Amino acid sequence: MKIDPQCRYTKSHEWARKEDDLIVIGITDYAQQTLSDIVYVELPEEGDEITKGEAFGVVESVKAASDIYAPVSGEVVAVNEKLEDEPELVNSDPFGEGWLIKVRPDDAGEMDELLTPEDYEKVVAEEEAH
Amino acid sequence: MVFVPHTEEERQAMLKAIGVEKMDDLFYDVPAKYRYPTLGLEAPLTEMEVLEELQELSEANLNAYRTPTFLGAGIYRHWVPAVVDYVLSRGEFYTAYTPYQAEISQGTLTAIFEYQSLICDLTGMEVANASHYDGATAAAEAVIQAYNVFRGKRKKVVLAPTLHPHYREVIRTYTQGMGLEIVGDEALEKPLEEVVEMVDEQTFAFIVQTPNFFGEIEPLEGLADEVHTRGKKALLAVAVNPISLGLLKPPGEYGADIVFGDGQPLGLGLNFGGPTLGFYATKMRYVHQMAGRIVGETKDVEGKRGFVLTLTSREQHIRRHRATSNICSNQGIMTLAATVYLSALGKDGLRKVALANYHKAHYAAERIAALPGYTVVADKPFFNEFVVECPAPVAEINDFLLNEWDYEIIGGYDLSRDYPHLARHMLVAVTEMNGRDEIDDFVEALRAFADYHQVEVEA
Repeated sequence: MKIDPQCRYTKSHEWARKEDDLIVIGITDYAQQTLSDIVYVELPEEGDEITKGEAFGVVESVKAASDIYAPVSGEVVAVNEKLEDEPELVNSDPFGEGWLIKVRPDDAGEMDELLTPEDYEKVVAEEEAH
Repeated sequence: MVFVPHTEEERQAMLKAIGVEKMDDLFYDVPAKYRYPTLGLEAPLTEMEVLEELQELSEANLNAYRTPTFLGAGIYRHWVPAVVDYVLSRGEFYTAYTPYQAEISQGTLTAIFEYQSLICDLTGMEVANASHYDGATAAAEAVIQAYNVFRGKRKKVVLAPTLHPHYREVIRTYTQGMGLEIVGDEALEKPLEEVVEMVDEQTFAFIVQTPNFFGEIEPLEGLADEVHTRGKKALLAVAVNPISLGLLKPPGEYGADIVFGDGQPLGLGLNFGGPTLGFYATKMRYVHQMAGRIVGETKDVEGKRGFVLTLTSREQHIRRHRATSNICSNQGIMTLAATVYLSALGKDGLRKVALANYHKAHYAAERIAALPGYTVVADKPFFNEFVVECPAPVAEINDFLLNEWDYEIIGGYDLSRDYPHLARHMLVAVTEMNGRDEIDDFVEALRAFADYHQVEVEA
């Protein structure tokens, strides 16, 4: 299971990565594995505001539909349009081509409140144990 | 598939496994006095006696298929070709369960796929679902789909006042608690052009019906553009009578975003008012917000063509509370009836049926308009239904037609039931089943009513 060392994480299996003054957000490898084949991703629109801890979108797979929770608050400046026709990118490359949105954060300090890669590994290990 | 019931030994083994002595013990939660109530049924009868009794009961009713009928208002007496019942009655279709398991449901799935394709052809749209219950619930789902296209950011929907009263009511029932602002249908007299002006950037949809409840054909030319412009991409949803599409240009070609309606006229028959069929189609870009089952064409592991339920993650058993609707069903047998009907008639046949409806209705309107005391209200062109202003309340006239005239005639719909101020307005429906003699006799009966009641008429 892949964990990107450049990202920070949430308990709900989203990742956030700094890219200049923006934050790129997606779901983790563990999340895409558990969901299995993703068929549709419902994302916000450019200009929408997302709030840390609140759901900003939905990932639909063949067996479940999961809310995606915002790791940070901010304004959506970019949405991964490729996912419209190729939602499977979230499965094949969750940390790369499968990115979901990019936001301009209200408070860059919120990144520090997220889990480190090591902490996230522990969260996953605990979930897998059950 | 074969049904294999339990044996007595299997039952005993199961009871033993859960520590119960006999089946009756499972009902101990039901208070003793209610467990085996006396039903007060009469003594059993022989098959012959039962049939006699049922026939007596059914003869108390008029058979609309053997009685001159001019009643419509949403459900119509159209001819049901014999081939429809023949195909429907096949056990493989009649007793088939929901096609969740594609491997054993290819027949059902193929039929639904054909149905969806026919609906797209008929309406001029890109994707159709496997059907809703009826036109009214389809109308509600159209409102809800449009609402979800805008993700709940817009709350206003504008309804044409000439929508079927049931559609207007069911839209409100279904959308309770959603905080919607439903406007446009407060005043029947408001012209459509003025109602469209109510569309603004807070509006997510404009809903119109053509032919409308009163039989009038609404002008769709330019309407989609106006709704999209005034409403900053607000959706246009159009309800249609499918038979009229044998003659009229489909709403899809006018730029409608959603097209729906009641498919009862497509070979379903009257059946005491139901079940009917809610057909529904939209543009591919809105498919993720469309409710209902969708059957898709695919290839199996051997590369052979097959059919499956597809885009299922939209539906509530996967998307759950985030789904746009709780529907997880469709009118399987009714879609099959419509498919057989459309296949049997073909494009030419449907056009012939539509023409027959149109011409017979216009013949009837012409003859009724010539009667002293009766006025045909026809400001707009109509298809197979029109409004007649009568010299007396419609209830009186219908009573005369049924009980006093030489033989029974089922008259048109009493519009005062929905619009009290339309006390003397009858909605007359004429279909391919009303022969010329029948229409002439109806006209004579109406004339006789006016004479018999020595109603004051203006010459």
